[in-house]
Amino acid sequence: MGNLIEIRGVSHAYRTKSGPLPVLKNLNIDIPEGSFCAVVGPSGCGKSTLTRLIAGLMIPDAGEVWLHGERVTSPRKTVGMAFQNPVLLEWRTILDNVLLPLEIVAPTMPRSQKEARARELLAMVGLDGFETRRPSELSGGMRQRASLCRALVHRPDVLILDEPFGALDAFTREDLWQTMHQLRAREPFTALLITHDLRESVYLGDQVVVLSGRPATTQSVMTIDLPGPRPLDMLYQPEQVARLAQLRHEIQIAQGREVA
Amino acid sequence: MDWKKVAVPLAAIALLLALWEGLVWAMGWPDYKMASPSDLWPAYLRYQPLFWLYGWQTLWRTVVGLALAVVFGTALGMVMGLSRVMNDALYPLLVGFNAIPKATVVPVVALMFVGHHDFNTILIALMISFFPIAVSVAIGLGTLEPEYRDILRSLGASRVMVFWKIALPKTLPEFFGALKVAVTLAFIGTNLVEIITPHGRGLGHLFQSAQTNSDFPLMFAVLLALAAMGIVLYYAIVALERVFAGWAIRGAA
Repeated sequence: MGNLIEIRGVSHAYRTKSGPLPVLKNLNIDIPEGSFCAVVGPSGCGKSTLTRLIAGLMIPDAGEVWLHGERVTSPRKTVGMAFQNPVLLEWRTILDNVLLPLEIVAPTMPRSQKEARARELLAMVGLDGFETRRPSELSGGMRQRASLCRALVHRPDVLILDEPFGALDAFTREDLWQTMHQLRAREPFTALLITHDLRESVYLGDQVVVLSGRPATTQSVMTIDLPGPRPLDMLYQPEQVARLAQLRHEIQIAQGREVA
Repeated sequence: MDWKKVAVPLAAIALLLALWEGLVWAMGWPDYKMASPSDLWPAYLRYQPLFWLYGWQTLWRTVVGLALAVVFGTALGMVMGLSRVMNDALYPLLVGFNAIPKATVVPVVALMFVGHHDFNTILIALMISFFPIAVSVAIGLGTLEPEYRDILRSLGASRVMVFWKIALPKTLPEFFGALKVAVTLAFIGTNLVEIITPHGRGLGHLFQSAQTNSDFPLMFAVLLALAAMGIVLYYAIVALERVFAGWAIRGAA
């Protein structure tokens, strides 16, 4: 299978009062179709910028972002996004929240068809029975599940996850990791996950990309060739513990606290 | 509805009136010094047709002024909330305009549009009440978290679509908060005009003529009538809020 996402020599800087602030420098990432790429790196190293570039919300100063063999220069309908803040619309029911992308992407699709699709996803993440509830009635983990459904409802080829589990407690987070594997098993998509959690990156990723400190460049790429869905206790097997230690070491280097 | 929700406020009003009556009685104030609640009812009965006529004039002009303030304030707030430049340009002007005591604007407006009493009254009600609406809409739109926009923009949605689907409904709670302030302000506006530049219309005029005749019971009766109208309008807005922004009221869903 070919690469669905190709990031080629991307550099980007923000204009600030004290001159340009470079956040990405000569970044290269390849994400094969159907695979899951986890990106880790020090805080403020430009990971969120990366998500905006892939979504076509920004255009890099230099380099190219390719999606499906087409250069990304503007937003496209084949992307789904989920953030640390689930940003559900409080005035809509859970079902109507999940339907939101379809209202933009497929305005002519019959309502019954849209609803069936949304209900199918909600059931997959264990939210059946909560369709008519408001977001304020749901727990943080449940809201994040709804947010994932919304990101997937229009069958995007690319799922962009910007620390979606970052604000959840440890056990809820592990539940959602397993949900991600279950979703992947039933819904084919290519994913890019931004995270600060190394265990999360190893449990979910087919490859883990370590970014250097700002301006971020690709420091190293670790391939994790294990078929999913993976059992949670795989994280405690010696092989994965070694991987975690290796990643920890890489992050220390990225933070400039250890030499390579 | 729970009977306590009605009974408690009614009991509080009755208690206040009783204290008022008792105070006037205990101090032995004559009714040219301080009217007591028992003086008010005769005043209402005596001038009943005037209360209906003038009350209606005050009410419709306040509501029209407020409605125009909603249109104007919302439009202004949208411009300021959606454009950084417009916000920077208009904000100081708006604050400056709002800082002018409207009592001083009334004679100016009365001179500019001599004889157009209804127009003047509505204009002042509008001028005094659009500010909180404009500010709240501007803040509501300006503080929209970027993720909300990104969710739709990444799907290729237009700015207009983002506004209709997200920004506008999300601003409704702030909007209704401002509207509750604005409704009282609009009332002040109409009454300012009716009292400062009397033209024989509205409860302000009735108040003025009561003052001229040193009819204290009538003056107090007008005050209470104004309070009653203010309360009715306020709860009309609360009712609208429940319909359009009920999702924001905790425990109401």
